[in-house]
Amino acid sequence: MIDRRPGLRVGLLLTPPMLWLGVAYLGALAALLVTSLWTQNDFTGSIERAWTLENFRTLFTVDVYRTITLRTIGIAALVTVIDVVLAFPIALYMAKVASPRLQRILVISVLTPLWASYLVKAYAWRGMLSADGPIAWIARPFGLDTPGYGLPAVVITLSYLWLPYMILPVYAGLERLPDSLFEASADLGAGAWTTLRRVVFPMAFPAVVAGSIFTFSLSMGDYIAVKIVGGTGQLLGNVVYDNQGAANNLPFAAAVATVPIVVMLAYLTAVRRTGALENL
Amino acid sequence: MPTAISLRGLSKHFGQVRAVDELDLDIADGEFFSMLGPSGSGKTTVLRLIAGFEEPTAGVIMLGEEAVTRRPPFARDVNTVFQDYAIFPHMSVRENVEYGLRVKKVGRPDRRRRAEEALETVRLAGYADRRPHQLSGGQRQRVALARALVNRPRVLLLDEPLGALDLQLRREMQIELKEIQREVGITFVFVTHDQEEALTMSDRIAVFNEGRIEQLASPVELYERPASAFVAGFVGTSNLLQGRVARDLLGQDGTFVIRPEKLQMVAEAPAEAGRVSAPGVVREVVYLGAATLSVVELDAGPTVTVSHQNTDTSIDAALERRDQRVVVTWRRDHLVSLGSSDPAASPEEETA
Repeated sequence: MIDRRPGLRVGLLLTPPMLWLGVAYLGALAALLVTSLWTQNDFTGSIERAWTLENFRTLFTVDVYRTITLRTIGIAALVTVIDVVLAFPIALYMAKVASPRLQRILVISVLTPLWASYLVKAYAWRGMLSADGPIAWIARPFGLDTPGYGLPAVVITLSYLWLPYMILPVYAGLERLPDSLFEASADLGAGAWTTLRRVVFPMAFPAVVAGSIFTFSLSMGDYIAVKIVGGTGQLLGNVVYDNQGAANNLPFAAAVATVPIVVMLAYLTAVRRTGALENL
Repeated sequence: MPTAISLRGLSKHFGQVRAVDELDLDIADGEFFSMLGPSGSGKTTVLRLIAGFEEPTAGVIMLGEEAVTRRPPFARDVNTVFQDYAIFPHMSVRENVEYGLRVKKVGRPDRRRRAEEALETVRLAGYADRRPHQLSGGQRQRVALARALVNRPRVLLLDEPLGALDLQLRREMQIELKEIQREVGITFVFVTHDQEEALTMSDRIAVFNEGRIEQLASPVELYERPASAFVAGFVGTSNLLQGRVARDLLGQDGTFVIRPEKLQMVAEAPAEAGRVSAPGVVREVVYLGAATLSVVELDAGPTVTVSHQNTDTSIDAALERRDQRVVVTWRRDHLVSLGSSDPAASPEEETA
């Protein structure tokens, strides 16, 4: 009977993954949003299932949360910009200049750091940035010093951690461009910079946006790197972590967690028109 | 006539492969010049060397009076129409056509006007605001042509520009390209592997084989007087008579070619002076619409192809000749002598 009814066959085939997506994935998110509308009893610490916007009011009215929100968005944006600036030349070299052999080697070297534990890499940067670490040692002859632990260190560490997520989509995007487009531009009188500005960058832009979705959202949600190299600085992730861990105020943590979700949805809506989502 | 392009001792080696081998060539101003050859014969490499996409291993490229051998593509007064057209997909048709003027900082009103003119030349007036993905293959090809012509280059290089079009459109574009070339008076250097295309459009044709020019001649000369067995086989179909066969049939040593349409099939050998006759058996009859090809195995050994125009309404007579004995006859002065050329140079298969 299944053979005769393609609709049934497709239905049976798709039900388990759709259930996973619907229940486990979106369901968890929905539960999060619902929780954010509940409240916590200050005295007993237990959750009270009464509908309230109290959590969001706190979030928007207390200065420190607004500051942390803006700081998180700012750091995510800065990390994204730094990754674009670093990744574009690397990706361009990999896609259009390097020999096929070198190309493979470079792809592997970009991927290799992803195999190492996130914690190890974050701690590696703690070592790099310490007062007597390699960066201080290199900077000292020039009269400079390590930035130490704080928000600059967070930006450096996050830019390092998410760089591969930018390089790979941009590389894939550039590799798809036929060489004849570069040749046509040169043939019509354009020098290397003009070709880059008028042909390569506009055509690679959707790929850059695709990469930025990774770097931006990963930065928005991060809370470990900032704990390890951020000194006393805090990001949204830390507020979530502290509220549901130490304070055990799950409703407020859920409210804070909706902020990155809303920011990301706004960002995705904005980039949808660039065609970047087809590049993921 | 002044020369547009001179190549002197031009070579390009890729590792051990000699893609272009000590080439000397002069192309005149305003000429429609074709480079014809099988793939891998070096014709496209020559084009890319002239455009500046490749650096020669040795030799000199002159554009008019200027040596441009080591100049980058953007500093040469030539433009290219690419095989895949290489239209910028993120720009409108107008922006594509204006691109070359824009990077040369031509003012906006002037740019507009010249782009409109170029689009008119290629019969695409009114398409300026379309996006490339809205165009058909033939239209994209025209955009590529307009984008190159708008710069009024000294030489226009065309790299198999009609290869991706279907037969009908290709025939139309062949005639149109020739017209456009006459209109704008720019030297066209046209690369193709299609001998019919080269014969249709060119003033002169260079036939390439293994990085060298086998023959450089006008279309008529190339077809009627091929200089080598390779050219005879590559340009049109031809019948090759050599060695013992030539001695038996023609009473002469050497290598000779004759075109299929110069052969006739008759029942009995005519007793006419200046004719050669050879008996054989019809092995195959191929109906081509306008003509019929008969493959005849001569008693003397070789197999020849005879072309017959289908001027009668019925070709039943021709089809019935299969496995019949016939006499193939031709005029002695239609034979083209290739001297005692190296038979190894002939291509594996005859190209129709």
